[in-house]
Amino acid sequence: MARVIYVQPDGSSTTCAADGRSLMKVAVENLVPGIIGECGGDLSCATCHVFVDEAWFGKLKPRSDDEESLLDVTSEEPTETSRLSCQVTLTDDLDGIVVHVPSTQR
Amino acid sequence: MMEPTRDSRVLVVGAGQAAGELAGALRAGGHEGHVTLVGSEPHFPYTRPPLSKAYLRGEVAIAELYLRPADFYRDHDITVHRGVAVEWVDLHGRRAGCDDGSVLDWDRIVFATGGRPRRVADPGLESAGNVHYVRTIEDVERLRRTTIAGSRFAVVGGGYVGLEVAAVLRRLDARVTVIEAADRLLARVTSPVVSEFFLRVHTQEGVDVRLSAQVELFQVEDGNVSTVVLGDGSRIPVDQVLIGIGMVPNDEVAARAGLDVDNGIVVDEFCRTGTAGVYAIGDVARHPDPLNGGLRRLESMPNAAAQARLVAEDILGRGRPYNDLPWFWSDQYDVKLQAAGSSAGYDTVAVRGDAMSGRRFSVFYLRDGVVRAVDAICSPADFAAGKALIASSAVVPLSDLQDPSVPLRRRRSFTSEAS
Repeated sequence: MARVIYVQPDGSSTTCAADGRSLMKVAVENLVPGIIGECGGDLSCATCHVFVDEAWFGKLKPRSDDEESLLDVTSEEPTETSRLSCQVTLTDDLDGIVVHVPSTQR
Repeated sequence: MMEPTRDSRVLVVGAGQAAGELAGALRAGGHEGHVTLVGSEPHFPYTRPPLSKAYLRGEVAIAELYLRPADFYRDHDITVHRGVAVEWVDLHGRRAGCDDGSVLDWDRIVFATGGRPRRVADPGLESAGNVHYVRTIEDVERLRRTTIAGSRFAVVGGGYVGLEVAAVLRRLDARVTVIEAADRLLARVTSPVVSEFFLRVHTQEGVDVRLSAQVELFQVEDGNVSTVVLGDGSRIPVDQVLIGIGMVPNDEVAARAGLDVDNGIVVDEFCRTGTAGVYAIGDVARHPDPLNGGLRRLESMPNAAAQARLVAEDILGRGRPYNDLPWFWSDQYDVKLQAAGSSAGYDTVAVRGDAMSGRRFSVFYLRDGVVRAVDAICSPADFAAGKALIASSAVVPLSDLQDPSVPLRRRRSFTSEAS
């Protein structure tokens, strides 16, 4: 099991433990506010946008071209550490990863 | 309008995607009262789009279809009655009766009853053993238990479900004939240029596509359809038949309860019916079309999920009118179609890229110079740009839309290359 910490815009946070599933799916299963995942992870909707904590961003596999295209239509302006959380799988080497939830997804 | 209360008892008729999303959104929003889902399928809420795609291909496990694991409902005090159908609803007494004899009291009721496959009106077909529909997990599992490789499949209906299933069947080495009554594929949902594209793709992939083809007769031998006879006299020998000719909304219980029903349950822009505290969402909800006026019913997962969240907010006293941009996607072979907006009444079509060869281009639909809808084929950037253009009612020069070398949006600065 690995842990992921979702930090809300107001600074409150939720810690969830899971493995092998995407950060979007883990958030939806745990009712983490602000992560919708409308298309279920099909790279079609850009409603699971997160800002990955800078210390963790470099540990992730790079974005695909399709993911970059969708980051172009996120509701909140993306930054250099923006990811679609459906594209990040929670594995043991990411235990403790911190992601920041944007204030809006749509 | 009823006073919102955090402790009202919410009964959801149905336990599909819309119902599951609603239950989650209620708890996420702080609703404290009972939440009860009643669905005739033996499952917790699951998502249907993969059924005709990855699940049929055998690439995803059933657990991945479920919106949330079973523990979730227990942990959040959500009751899910599986394998139970609501038979009647008393709108004034605020009770509902189920086919297991139980009677449930409610303060708010949400019809999320979805639909069922439209059936072919042919008594012989009902008893045939090799006729399939695709709506439920059980439908797909039954299809997967047949011998697919080398078998002859007739797919009746050239809509999204039929074409997605045809694509999977070809990948699994079946021999596939698609029989479509209209003179083009996807006639109900897209433009001729996209119809032509999918005709080319399916033909290239080895599907025998019959357009303007009427089924005259399903010839049944020994309890199975053996031959599909078309109106022009041609005979198609088959091992299996798949029917994909649309969906019928499950609005009968609502109609018997006295709600306004017209090819779906009629609701307003808040997904409220004419009776206070009574809602309808998802495939069954006939709701105001903010783009074109009138009423519409959308058979799509994003619509079901969005209306579910909307009604959860309304129950919690934070309702807003529904004006989300409709969008949709389809996967066939290596082709991903992403569509957004409403192309109804378009007067101009702009094709971006090469629709005549290859498998990557986009089509923008305009009315009075304004971008109203987009169909993007393996072009997620155009889909993304199209959604933004539609949302802002943008006026874009036709030549820009038609020229793939002209960027449609300012590239944002999240990547180092663009900064």
